[in-house]
Amino acid sequence: MVIEHEYETVDLNINMGPVHPATHGVFRAVLAVDGELVVDVDPVIGYMHRGGEKLSENLDYRQGIGIQDRTDYLSQMNSEQAYVMAAEKLAGIEPPPRAEWIRVLCAELNRCASHFMFLGAYGQDIGTFGTAFSYAMRERERVMDLFEELTGERMMYSYFRVGGVAWDLPAGFERKVKTLLRHVLQGVNDFEGLLSQNEVFLARTRDIGVLTGEQALDYGLTGPMLRASGVDWDLRRDEPYSVYPQLKFTVPLGQNGDCWDRYNMRIQEIKESVKLVEQCLEMLPAGPIMPDKMPRMLRLPVGEIYVRTENPRGEYGIYLVSKGGNKPYRLKMRSPCFCNLSALREMCIGEYLSDAVAIIGALDLVMGEVDR
Amino acid sequence: MTVLLGYAFGIAWVDALIRLLVVVLTMTVLVMLLTYLERKVVGRIQQRIGPTRTGPAGLLQPVADALKLLGKEDLMPHTADKWVYQFATIAFFVPIFLGFVVLPFAEDIGVRVGLPLGLFFVIAVSSVGIVGLLMAGLASDSKYALLGGVRAIGQMISYEIPLVLSVLAVAMMTGSLDLREIVNAQDKVPNAVWQPLGFFLYLTACTAEMARRPFDLPVSESELVGGPQVEFSGIRWSMFQLGEYANLIILSAFGSIMFLGGYAWPLAGDAAWPVQVLLSIVKTFLLILVFMWIGATFPRLRIDQLMSFAWKVLIPLTFVQIFITGLVQTYDLPDIIMTVVSGGALVLAAMVVRRNVSKTGRRPRAERVAYIRARQAARAESRPLS
Repeated sequence: MVIEHEYETVDLNINMGPVHPATHGVFRAVLAVDGELVVDVDPVIGYMHRGGEKLSENLDYRQGIGIQDRTDYLSQMNSEQAYVMAAEKLAGIEPPPRAEWIRVLCAELNRCASHFMFLGAYGQDIGTFGTAFSYAMRERERVMDLFEELTGERMMYSYFRVGGVAWDLPAGFERKVKTLLRHVLQGVNDFEGLLSQNEVFLARTRDIGVLTGEQALDYGLTGPMLRASGVDWDLRRDEPYSVYPQLKFTVPLGQNGDCWDRYNMRIQEIKESVKLVEQCLEMLPAGPIMPDKMPRMLRLPVGEIYVRTENPRGEYGIYLVSKGGNKPYRLKMRSPCFCNLSALREMCIGEYLSDAVAIIGALDLVMGEVDR
Repeated sequence: MTVLLGYAFGIAWVDALIRLLVVVLTMTVLVMLLTYLERKVVGRIQQRIGPTRTGPAGLLQPVADALKLLGKEDLMPHTADKWVYQFATIAFFVPIFLGFVVLPFAEDIGVRVGLPLGLFFVIAVSSVGIVGLLMAGLASDSKYALLGGVRAIGQMISYEIPLVLSVLAVAMMTGSLDLREIVNAQDKVPNAVWQPLGFFLYLTACTAEMARRPFDLPVSESELVGGPQVEFSGIRWSMFQLGEYANLIILSAFGSIMFLGGYAWPLAGDAAWPVQVLLSIVKTFLLILVFMWIGATFPRLRIDQLMSFAWKVLIPLTFVQIFITGLVQTYDLPDIIMTVVSGGALVLAAMVVRRNVSKTGRRPRAERVAYIRARQAARAESRPLS
């Protein structure tokens, strides 16, 4: 029997954000829901646009490093690395080996810190009332303390320089890193005990927001999001830069491409990063940290270059155009979150409201990087 | 207290007023203590130390909180339904407070002990509070509040059933609805030993009934940013908090009476009244700590998982418990059989439910998407673009 509806029902439009605990900053998602069922998602971005690309055009190559800290404020070292590598390649500068090793060491430690931030925030999204958050923050705090000792800053490090790094590691740094790594592994273990196999957590994240490998590639996803869908692609291994060819590590892969796999990617990547840092500490050569002949004011030859690195969130690209002079003519940042965000609608439609929160959380958004 | 001040004045309304005052004051003080306790306990679980700055060991933190909330502006959305909105807070916390009236904390201590229908009274008044949440959700004229209100209704009506049925099994054992008799019947062994399944069901249903984690879907801070209370501020918001914590106290105290032997076990009801009160308090707080512990470590369920858990797991299990109890009572079997069967059923259920929380009968995603697409197409057809 067909029931004729006398009243027309409309979808409820929920304006989630820009101020909302689940949107990690100032992301806004306009959700159309039918009861709990998400019918449509309309992501609205741009609340944190600060014109980083344009600003970089007016800053010389040393000052521009600061902009890189502020675009992705959770993986500063990795972004800085992409920027200084672009400038170096264009200028034809070869950084001394010690500087390269220090850079990778810092980048991998930063990856741990960034992933811990994700784990904590994700626990909060799924609803663990801060326990997961404080577990994760504890370890992130240790990394940040170490970076503070190294660079004098807790977040905006500006530690890398075109040609090397700003200064050498302080005395006793290696020992402290070793202690830190023990804590980090302990923290990951704690986290796995708290969440990874929790029945409720599994029920909330398994088979939610599934993307096949093909879909993930179509949307241009990178990083853990892509690898969770089973696509074996990691720039550190497949397009090696810096000293990564000399390091041994495995690239964790997911099977289902659901939220749990995305979460698990981060857990596994922290473990891999710990291995990488250990190798860095072993193989850290002595020597200078800057090339002997560096000009006081760096001027790049005319040309353009695209350099990409594997950030915690995915492929971070710097497209640098120089028309001579000490400032870039154009700087384009390819931010992984922006591309990952494009798959949001595909993942959310047909899921429930709570799932939408889990999916947005699994994207590991950093709005500073999306809006730039 | 019945003895102490019950008929001291001989005037009915003075007597009633004093009893009312006792309820309100005890509950408010207890709730304040509880907010402090929750901050400290959850803080420890999260490797923090909780409040330390206000007063010795942060003891004055609840006072500071209360003062802050009192000083806040009482905001109301201008499209809100004024009367319903303002009455919602009262409708929420008054029924919850009423549950306190019949709870015996010692043989003769309580506001109105020895009510023959005490159990029925607690169950009846505690379910009225839901109306307050619905009123708040509907009257706020906020979509988050509306969704939260609707979730609250669905959840609390569903979980009311296992809650009532699990205490029904206890009533069957005792053969009385008088809370005092139920306690006195447990002077040797508490009911939790005879009915582990029932005790577990009660705890689970309670957590959902109080909308505490992992069943805090109506409030769910990361999704609905507070649900029905999202538009409330200041003293009205604190009424909701008051109600929630009062609910925690009352359901814990009720649970300790029903399953842990209240003031009677293990001293068989012969102890002096201060000892009995102490026993009640210890047991109540034990349950409160269990709720806090669960709340601090579990993620939140999704709405379909929550509902299917109530209807497909908890309610059938309560029938199992009632059936066993009935069998043992009718055929006068030894009580130990109840323990064995009930405990066995609990373990079996836990093993089956484990890993199956997500199997809720929710249609596969492809079907949900197809439904959405079909509806959109139908709507486009019925209302062509002009």
